[in-house]
Amino acid sequence: MSQPTSVPVFPARSPGEPPRASGQRKPLFSLDNRYIAPAFITCILLAGHLSFGILESYQKTLLAIVTSIALELVLGRIFFHKWLHPASAYITGISVGILVRSPAFWPYALCSAISITSKYVLRVKGRHIWNPSNFGISVMLFLAAETVATLSIQWGNYLLPMLVIWALGSIIIWRLRRFHITGIYVASFIAFAFLRSWMTGSPWQSEIAPITGPMYQLFIFFMITDPKTTVRGRRGQCVVVFLVALFEMVLRLYQIVYAPFYALFIVGPTAMLIEIWIDSRRANAPKLAVPQ
Amino acid sequence: MTGNRIARVLLAFFFIALLATPFVIKRISAGREADRSKADAATALARHGFYLQEVSHSAGINFIHQSPKLDPKLDPILPEVASMGASVSIVDFDRDGWPDIYVTNSAIGSKNALYRNMHDGTFKDVAGEVGIADVNQPGTGVSTGAVWGDYDNDGYEDLFLIKWGRPELFHNDQGHGFTRVTEQAGLPPWINANTAIWFDYDGDGLLDLFVGGYYSEQIDLWHLTTTRIMPESFEYAKNGGRKYLFHNLGSGKFEELSAKVGIDSRRWALAAAAADLRGTGHPDLFVANDYGVSELYFNDGKRFHEVGEQTGVGFAPKSGMNAAFGDILNQGRYAVYVSNISEDGILIQGNNLWMPKEGTTGDATKYQNLARDFGVELGGWSFGAQFGDLNNDGTLDLYLTNGYISLDRKRSYWYDFSKVAGGNSTIIGDAKNWPAFEGRSLSGYQTKRVWLNDGAGKFVDVAQSVGATDVYDGRSVALVDLWNRGVLDVVVANQNGPLLVYKNTVAPQNEWIEFELEGTSSNRSAIGAQVTLFWNGQKQVQEVSGGSGFAAENDRRLHFGLGTNPQIENVVIRWPSGKLQTIDKPATNQLHKMKEPA
Repeated sequence: MSQPTSVPVFPARSPGEPPRASGQRKPLFSLDNRYIAPAFITCILLAGHLSFGILESYQKTLLAIVTSIALELVLGRIFFHKWLHPASAYITGISVGILVRSPAFWPYALCSAISITSKYVLRVKGRHIWNPSNFGISVMLFLAAETVATLSIQWGNYLLPMLVIWALGSIIIWRLRRFHITGIYVASFIAFAFLRSWMTGSPWQSEIAPITGPMYQLFIFFMITDPKTTVRGRRGQCVVVFLVALFEMVLRLYQIVYAPFYALFIVGPTAMLIEIWIDSRRANAPKLAVPQ
Repeated sequence: MTGNRIARVLLAFFFIALLATPFVIKRISAGREADRSKADAATALARHGFYLQEVSHSAGINFIHQSPKLDPKLDPILPEVASMGASVSIVDFDRDGWPDIYVTNSAIGSKNALYRNMHDGTFKDVAGEVGIADVNQPGTGVSTGAVWGDYDNDGYEDLFLIKWGRPELFHNDQGHGFTRVTEQAGLPPWINANTAIWFDYDGDGLLDLFVGGYYSEQIDLWHLTTTRIMPESFEYAKNGGRKYLFHNLGSGKFEELSAKVGIDSRRWALAAAAADLRGTGHPDLFVANDYGVSELYFNDGKRFHEVGEQTGVGFAPKSGMNAAFGDILNQGRYAVYVSNISEDGILIQGNNLWMPKEGTTGDATKYQNLARDFGVELGGWSFGAQFGDLNNDGTLDLYLTNGYISLDRKRSYWYDFSKVAGGNSTIIGDAKNWPAFEGRSLSGYQTKRVWLNDGAGKFVDVAQSVGATDVYDGRSVALVDLWNRGVLDVVVANQNGPLLVYKNTVAPQNEWIEFELEGTSSNRSAIGAQVTLFWNGQKQVQEVSGGSGFAAENDRRLHFGLGTNPQIENVVIRWPSGKLQTIDKPATNQLHKMKEPA
């Protein structure tokens, strides 16, 4: 089994990208890349909670984080015989802590556990194919709907906090060279929102509304950009994220409340599998004989 | 098999076990859950000690609530905007010793009803005769609730009519009729409120009035100048109606001094209730807000101090729709029950049962939400709820009504609701941005909850088993011993639905005792008087209330179930004036009429 998480969560450059030329400007932040995403999501959590009290309880979020990190450490130790860096598990845990909404404690622990374990179980050719928190949350929504919902209304529904997150998130994502993923998704979502409005007769504002809420900020900055579960290559990533938005649009036409989670749940792994299959074919293709 | 392979197999089993966990938990909780089976009266009586029988028609009550039609600009989402207004309050308006029922209607031109108790099991609507029926006239708004209190201490309960529109105060003319005294009292011309309570906040022997606004008082819902009338946020809205504290000056006049005494909020109030939560002798004020956190105001007798966050009740924003107090563990302290929204897989707010934390008292009192532990958390789109001992076993049970909008059973508005509710304030705050309802339901046709208290911290829902089987859009619940039989009957007001009267039959071996209090130096309604009953080595405290639940007022008389073979040690009455009165070994199975000693 190959190691699932020991590389930085957001690599400074995606595989296949050319190395940065010498003399290029220094990065905007000097923080180690693997700390950027955890720092950002922690800022979102703290800002949201201190300004609006988005957390129902600290304990639940803490439970999600602790479960996530603990399981990652244990599984990493068992399968890779080393202590894995906890940054990735921290992001998974904190995402679960923010996105899962339940009056009970157990869904937080269970969702984190399912998310982390999925990385070790659901693997193809050494790669895990689902974004962990997307998998965990989708599964919880399927299996425990009477106890679990997700964040959809918190954080004041005001513009200012959103602008701050958008600005900060965009800068960070830009630096991590994954802004195209977020950008394509947002543009696609807005275009599809107008299309839905035209098709259904709903006010366009109501179709745009979801992306102005806090749930989507976690979705567009953390879930769809996860380097471990997105295909390689800028063009492929653009196509896949467009397809996520397209599939979400279809689900929305069927009035599926958690359309974005389910769209990513289905499109993301499908794209990964196709890429793995193509890689495999390429690797197995006989080399052409070089003419003498 | 290598070690790594074994580990992978074990991991796969572990993963499957994780995925199976929700099913296991569901099965375990189903085992603990309520008695959902429908049972006949004899079975219910044997199993739970009581059963309810809906008798409104045979009792002569055929009241159907009507929602208002509002400004045409709101037509696309009218079912949602006009989703409240059904209310019920209990009063013995003519002092004949038999409780009467007042219910509100909410369509322009519709009539409210006052059902006089005819002492023979039937009621007769006399609202028209006494002048409090035709109160929803064009230009004056519509009724959304009513609370009764003897503001001039003449012995007859007066009526404050809560409205989306012009609030009204009616003076009770010795049970023969009512005189409208709104202007003389100094009430404002327009309030869009759903809640009000009578209480004597400063202990001067005169009932004061708290009114909690919902929509801004600037808005006339029939003549909109803007469609930006909706909450700016689903959980943090502060653009609702203002709050009012009308201090009773004693001459039929009131002065508004909410800001002066520390009540300054524009949250969307839906329910309020007052009780002395700290043993100070002053009633504290709890306000359950829609689209936000609840507020708790500690009262020092002169000023209020908002301590929601400090005490823990004002931390997590939900959709508060009810405020009721109950000493559910017979420990002499009140729990507060706040209802919220729960819809499987979409929005699981859960209702709140705020229990005072052990070891915290007085100003340092803190609350923890134990609704899940006690089993009273999930009640659908919950509205009115009241505590009362329905089977006279000596512990307070909880009746909850629910259901928001029941239209087309097959089509739901939830998707559109959640879409907009998650949006930016400029979107959610404007009614024109909300998709049209088009006849869809939103948490409609819900089954009710009748939670029986086992006295040890667990409630079990027996609604279906004991006969509370309606699925109307319930709003307001009032508990009352309608026929002076020593049992609590249940009256439920439904939005766009009938007024239901559930007549209660209780196992005869369980005894009871009731108290009817009359203040002398305290306010004559005795609102705020506390009765502590000591029996069988335990105690239960109840307080005379001037309104609680959602848009409701229970019977003024306090009802205690005692269980079998009760040994009452004594009863201590603490009057609002601070006087203490002790009754040794009062007789059971009877109503005790108590007058405040001089």
